Amino acid sequence: MAERLIGVDYTPPDLLAKVTGRARYAEDFRADGMLFCKLLLSPMPHARVVRIDTTAALAVPGVRAVLTADDLPPSARGDIPVLTNEPAFEGEPILAVAAVDEGAAADAIEAIELELEPLPFVVDPLESLRPGSPNARLEGNVMARGPEGSEFATVKWTAQDFAGAGEGQLPVGEATEEWAHGDLDAGFADAALVLDETFVVQATSHQTMETRSAMAYWQNGRLYLHASTQSHQRTAAVVAPWMGIDPADVVFISEYTGGGFGSKGIAAQSMVIPALLARTTGMPVMMRISREEEHYIGHARTNMTGRARVGFRADGRITALDLFILQDNGARGERGDHRSAGTAVSLLYQPAAMRWRAINVFTNTPTRLFQRSPGEMQGIAIVEQAVTKAARQLGIDQVEMRRVNAPAGKARFGPADPDGQRRYVTSAFVQEALDEGAQRFNWAERRARSGQRVGSKVRGVGVAVGTHSAGSTGHDGLLTIRPDGRLYVQSGVGNLGTHALFDLARVAAELLAMPWDKVEVAWGDSRRSVPYSCLSVGSQTAHAMSRASHAAAMDARRKLQEIAAMELGGAPDDYELDNERVFQRANQARGLAYAAVARRAIELGGRYDGHVLPDDINPWTVTAATALAGLGLMGVARDAYPRDGATYSFVAGFAEVEVDLETGKPVLIDYLGMADVGTVINPRSLAGQIDGGSCLGIGHALVQKWAYDTHYGLPLAKRFHHNKPLTILDIPDTLDSGAVELPDPETPVGARGVGEPPVGAGYGAVMNAIAAAVGEDSFRRAPVTPDILLMTLEHGRRMHDPLKAHI
Amino acid sequence: MAVIRDVMPAFELFQPTSVAEAGELLTRYGDRGWALAGGLDSFDWLKDRIKRPAAVVDLSGVAELRGIRAMGGGLEIGAMTTLTEVVTHPVVRRDFPILPQAAEAAASPQIRNQGTVGGNLIQDTRCWYYRSGWACYRAGGNICYADTPEALNREHAILEADRCVAVTPSDTAPAFVALEATMVVWRDGAEREVPAEEFFVGPGYDITRMTVLRPGELLTAVRVPPTWAGAEFYFEKVSDRNVWDFALVNVASCLRMAGGTIDRIRLAAGGVAPRPLRLVRSEVAAAGQPRDEPTAMAAGELAIAGAVPLAHNAYKLPLLRNLVKRAILGVQDA
Repeated sequence: MAERLIGVDYTPPDLLAKVTGRARYAEDFRADGMLFCKLLLSPMPHARVVRIDTTAALAVPGVRAVLTADDLPPSARGDIPVLTNEPAFEGEPILAVAAVDEGAAADAIEAIELELEPLPFVVDPLESLRPGSPNARLEGNVMARGPEGSEFATVKWTAQDFAGAGEGQLPVGEATEEWAHGDLDAGFADAALVLDETFVVQATSHQTMETRSAMAYWQNGRLYLHASTQSHQRTAAVVAPWMGIDPADVVFISEYTGGGFGSKGIAAQSMVIPALLARTTGMPVMMRISREEEHYIGHARTNMTGRARVGFRADGRITALDLFILQDNGARGERGDHRSAGTAVSLLYQPAAMRWRAINVFTNTPTRLFQRSPGEMQGIAIVEQAVTKAARQLGIDQVEMRRVNAPAGKARFGPADPDGQRRYVTSAFVQEALDEGAQRFNWAERRARSGQRVGSKVRGVGVAVGTHSAGSTGHDGLLTIRPDGRLYVQSGVGNLGTHALFDLARVAAELLAMPWDKVEVAWGDSRRSVPYSCLSVGSQTAHAMSRASHAAAMDARRKLQEIAAMELGGAPDDYELDNERVFQRANQARGLAYAAVARRAIELGGRYDGHVLPDDINPWTVTAATALAGLGLMGVARDAYPRDGATYSFVAGFAEVEVDLETGKPVLIDYLGMADVGTVINPRSLAGQIDGGSCLGIGHALVQKWAYDTHYGLPLAKRFHHNKPLTILDIPDTLDSGAVELPDPETPVGARGVGEPPVGAGYGAVMNAIAAAVGEDSFRRAPVTPDILLMTLEHGRRMHDPLKAHI
Repeated sequence: MAVIRDVMPAFELFQPTSVAEAGELLTRYGDRGWALAGGLDSFDWLKDRIKRPAAVVDLSGVAELRGIRAMGGGLEIGAMTTLTEVVTHPVVRRDFPILPQAAEAAASPQIRNQGTVGGNLIQDTRCWYYRSGWACYRAGGNICYADTPEALNREHAILEADRCVAVTPSDTAPAFVALEATMVVWRDGAEREVPAEEFFVGPGYDITRMTVLRPGELLTAVRVPPTWAGAEFYFEKVSDRNVWDFALVNVASCLRMAGGTIDRIRLAAGGVAPRPLRLVRSEVAAAGQPRDEPTAMAAGELAIAGAVPLAHNAYKLPLLRNLVKRAILGVQDA
């Protein structure tokens, strides 16, 4: 009987190196004659470089080169430059200096004469919409949707727009994007209760433990690059054209990545600096990014101020939902979190009618990038304020409230597409997750003590559901069974900590009945011939690459059967796989060992050993497969499996908190994340993902933020003790997770992704638990810190600033 | 000159093995010298290139600065004793359990293993404008950036602000003030003892310093008198995170009962003023009174009488008031 691998815990092949400290991250590499570089960052929120005098800097002993924006090739990331002469936020890199050590590089930067012309700036998105207010960019203050796609525009709301908003409510002026479905007016007319709530979601920087350090050198026209990325093959594919070289001339090495959370989806921007300086100087160049620098160039989540008007039937069902989002896009590029927020809200609450409107405003704050659950987390928090308050007012249990509105089956979401149809998901088992979670969390028992004061403390329980798209299709799998009898699986996925890069090999090994100890996974180095793979972003890898791996394994399986039939007679379908052999079903003694088949595949050549490849695979995979051709029996295929619907995963979060009424401090007592993610491939890693994602949401609910002085346009919370990511001692050691384990019907392995859905669940559930403890109107911004709650408790109403961002 | 942060510049490093040697170096370098204890505060300043000493005197090799010794029924704690040593020391735990409590409230386990008692006491304020290198009063300039109409000052002072609104960040300082500890200061080969209450100074005394220490002086030890040994103690710190966070407010108290009334009480608070603040009015209000709600209320209200909140820190008034109440009544467990 073949070893079961899917759904079974295992020790991933990178683990020992990681826990013993032997894993080598980008900063751990050295090369002969290696230089170090440091960055000169903009000291102003918005400025134009008038003059740079590097004379004194170049005279500092040990300094080798200065790189400025004028020395750069065109950006491969559009509006997001590597270095700039028009910095649009404090900390945006202006130039880089390479020297024999960091001390000399830093001394050189202090010796640079930099003349800047200050430009108008604004760090609060709402301020940039006031009549006569400054724009964060010379091109405009919003990224709007025009006929040619996204374009800069200047939008100012009217004084009447601002005056028309009620106390603490987000003014609603012109939106630059909008969609709707259903009859909103009829929905509100049907409602027994209509609530209108404004909520401020904070911005947070990603704060990966490993900063985006990189080391580069050139040899004989080839670029050797050590870096930190989420998506190995796809990052290498971006770096090559940026450097103006053939992809085959990039040796990209990134075996270990110390966290990405979306900020290192490609992350090529920072890698370009040492690569260019190495080319200029002819020496290897290491760029170590400090924590301070990481705050500026490590990206951040978009903050949003949202206003949700929601209509509820007496049984809690949402009849109408009118959502307006003011998104802070930061200084550069264009984020789509506001759109994901609208889509997620539509999917999660299944409103009979919904309108989504948004405006995406530039501010002179660091460039935003997707951060784990980008948009869904924000949207959930905005709408949950109304949902949780409505349940209380209507006398409905909070779990039941989410249950009656939960998506089920091929649930539809979003606006209608041009042919009048709304999109739908492949499957949704949210009610099952709520039911199983409520039972496991002892919801009924905990609810009974929710809101009851004991001493100075009062407890509360909360629930919320998170979601995110969780899978893509169309990528390639590549593997070989070699004459040594082992299975070699090529993985082009980045090693960002999810183990999806190894899980895909588990899928192939199980299909090929190959014992796990005979499987070798190649990853993390472009010389190891890895196939075209998905970006390791958007919770898609487990789904996308389990399919691709499935396709490649099925290809190899068929080839094993064909060769056996050729050698031993009968039809390929007469053959089965087990015990590292392919044998006749009717006569198990009649078979061949894999090692023998591998040798035979090499003799046969052609498609059996990779000398002839499928027509539909990506050119990148063709290159990789060609390099491996002749080494053994090759399985190589594109994922062409059908899929009906869009793949989404869900997590129901359950939280219990205790608030000290004399200090205002909320403490998380217990938490459960119950996932609807299809078939579980790797239980231990799934728990890690649910726990980790939950913690990011919990951290947003309780502590994490950043801060900007709006008068000076400058950041204040640049260090961990100021921006406060969650610590291990802020969570209970009983933090729990589980999964309903109902397979997704639209993918051969049944698995969907999990990385992001827990975040919104954690954020919403913890805030809802605080609301249950001290009242639904206690706060309308996050993080919900002691100052906010104590002032509400002291004054009997909210005292915090209702709209200001970045405080 | 362009600015770069988070890269340590070059300096002369000295690693003396005696107080005399360390003191001689600090005297020689004066305001260009820097005494380095655990490094948790120092390295931030040095790496950010804001403080630029010519010489750093690393005290980690000075054995006589370490350790906890019995002294006249009380204790002497060497300035280089780590916070973890204070947390785990059996005599401290037995006689002055408020000290392990305060020390354990500081920072994180890793930082407490490295951070010292002396360093925790004399560390600089964490005002995020000042620490960002802005040219404020405390940095020798002529403005307080934390006290402007748009300033973010949730963590700042409600009491004793004087141009500067920064607060003392230490968790152990209020406990030592409550315990009537004295600070042993070395200067030119001689020692003097300074009461903890006088050791810490506000901006009205000197806006650029947090303590009376001058260049060339060294805090060598803290002496805790037997006065409060075995008393009833209270220490509580409220912060956003459960660990690795500075206090929004902390309160320390020592209390002795006589019959049914409070015989004597010492109260001190951190995070509310530029220095650890002894709450004398609250002490007076509580002394001789029964240990009950009215007494606690009166003491709490007196603690915040005259407090002036900034735009974002009005919560510190009820927080300080409530913690002082708890110091008298105790925390009601859930």
